[in-house]
This record gives sequence, C-alpha cells and structure tokens, in this order.
Amino acid sequence: MPEATTPNGGDGDGDGVRIDLISGARMEGLTSMEKIRLILDSVRDGDIVVLEAGLSPEEESKLIEVTMTEISPDDFSGIEIETYPSSQQPNQGLVGRLLGKEEAANKLTVIGPANQIETLHKDEDLISALVSRK
Amino acid sequence: MGLLTNLRDSITRVTDRLFADDEPKRIGIYGPPNAGKTTLANRIARDWTGDAVGPESHIPHETRRARRKENVQIERNGKTVTIDIVDTPGVTTKVDYKEFLDHDMEKDDAVKRSREATEGVAEAMHWLREDVDGVIYVLDSSTDPFTQVNTMLIGIIESQDLPVLIFANKVDLDDADVKRISDAFPQHETVPLSALEGDNMDEVYEKIAEYFG
Repeated sequence: MPEATTPNGGDGDGDGVRIDLISGARMEGLTSMEKIRLILDSVRDGDIVVLEAGLSPEEESKLIEVTMTEISPDDFSGIEIETYPSSQQPNQGLVGRLLGKEEAANKLTVIGPANQIETLHKDEDLISALVSRK
Repeated sequence: MGLLTNLRDSITRVTDRLFADDEPKRIGIYGPPNAGKTTLANRIARDWTGDAVGPESHIPHETRRARRKENVQIERNGKTVTIDIVDTPGVTTKVDYKEFLDHDMEKDDAVKRSREATEGVAEAMHWLREDVDGVIYVLDSSTDPFTQVNTMLIGIIESQDLPVLIFANKVDLDDADVKRISDAFPQHETVPLSALEGDNMDEVYEKIAEYFG
C-alpha cells in the first residue's frame, strides 16, 4: 500500500505521527464497510489517513454512523475529517445519478483522531490542519 | 448488474415519490449542534398545531433522539400543505463528554449525555438515508458555514436527491452573516430567519409550501 511514515519507526507508538496515504486504486477494490473499517482501525490507533479518492456520500454517512457507535469516554472521542466542499465538484446531472455514479472521485480526504488533528483553515481550495502527537 | 440495479433503484425512488402525494411528507430538520433546529421545530409546531416538539437549550446535544411531529398543516396562498416534522440531533463527527463539564455538569451526567448524543447522531444519519422525503438544513448565521459536517451532510442530501432548503437562522444576532451561508452553498436556496424571535417566518412557510407541498 502506498504509505508514508515518520522516521521514528512509523508504528504510531513513537514520538511521531503515522500518516497512511491510501491510493484510489486500493480503495476501489474494497466494500463500503471494509473502507470504513480500514479508516477507523487506523484512526483509533492514532494514525492520520489520507485518501486519494475520498468516499462516496453514502460511505461518508455510514462512516459518521459507525464512528458514533465506537466513541467511548476517555478512549476515543471521534474523528476529524476534511475534504473540499462538494459544491466544487462538477455537477454530473440526472443521467449520472440514474446510473449510480457518485461524486467521490478525486476528493482528497484527510481523516484523523479528533483529539489529534485540528483544522486551522478551510475554504474552497485549501485545507490547513495542525496534527499533534498522542 | 450493478448498473441495472442502480437504475432500477433510482426509478423506484422517483416513482415512489410521484405516487406518494397523499401521504404527509416527512421533512427532516438537520444541521450541526446548536444551530437552532429544535427552536425552529417548536416555532413551526406551535404556529400550526399549538404544541412544542421538544426542549431547547444552549448546551450542545440537548436533542438526542429524533422527534417527529405528525400532520403539521401549513396554509399558504389558499393551499394547505401537510408535513411531518422530524427534529433530529445535531450531526457531528466527534463527541467528547469533557465538553459538557464546561456546562456545570457532573462527570457521570456528562458521560451519559455523550453516550446518548452519539446514539442520536447515528439515528439521525439513519433517518437521512432511509426515512425523510425532504430536508430543512439549519445553520447558525453567526458561525462559519465552511465546516466538514456541513459539506458532508449537504453532499449526502444531494446524493439522495432530496429537496433541500437552507435556513440561515439566528439573524437577530449582531454578527449574523447570511451572505456567507448563501455563498457557501450557492446551489441551494437560502432563507434568512430567526426562529427564536419569529423573524421572517412568512417567507419560511412560503418556501416550505413551495418545496415540500
């Protein structure tokens, strides 16, 4: 899997923060729940996940739902997720929607533990985030 | 196979809506925590039925269960529109019980509230995917609309082909900025209002009748 790690070993246990850059090709072969599990398992370990192609709206909806079921006091308080606004995606029109093509393509998405990643600035074409150690 | 299934599902959804005109439309009131969703739901319910939907509070996640007020009949321009209002918990991607400790809450109560809040958000997402026919998306005009929750939820609503109205609430506040909201979501109609003060409710009801009637 295309992956970048810190020089400290990259297992998430050291002083650094592990970042997984997951290609669109790798995600394409997974079911919705496999994608969500892959993301949440990494994030619960304190890692930051960057998805090249993002998730479909339905998958985002399920990600929120599953995240909520996993929140527990003093252990996991949820996720921070950032993508560019969907209004900037090209409108695919009725035919595209009828054929089930969802607007996930090329929507770079950053996901991390809520207590470690903080969005500093976001607008139509820039996301600036601060990542802290565990 | 997948393509045919998607096509069939889309056609079924469209025909279901076309032939379900006799049933009251279920309109979900969605938005982030503390946008004034319950205040709006109560305002609409009190104006047309005399009853409230649920308690309001400045503490986030006061609404932790979706609440439905059935058969709200709204009269506009000689026409009566009947809707069910579904007031939903504020959607978020994180809930930390420590946030509630700042509101003079004991730890046990804060943990209980956070657990209920997470269940409520999950429930709200389920309603959005399965059980609403239209959405009123409520935003606080005095806060930045460019948040991930807003971006994702509007995307999810659009992917479901649900009619949506954006309500820029709390225009009575000094730092309210309705244009910032309409600029953030130019593809949808934005209606300014103050649910608390009852400002611009005539236009609110006109738009509800137009979009969901």
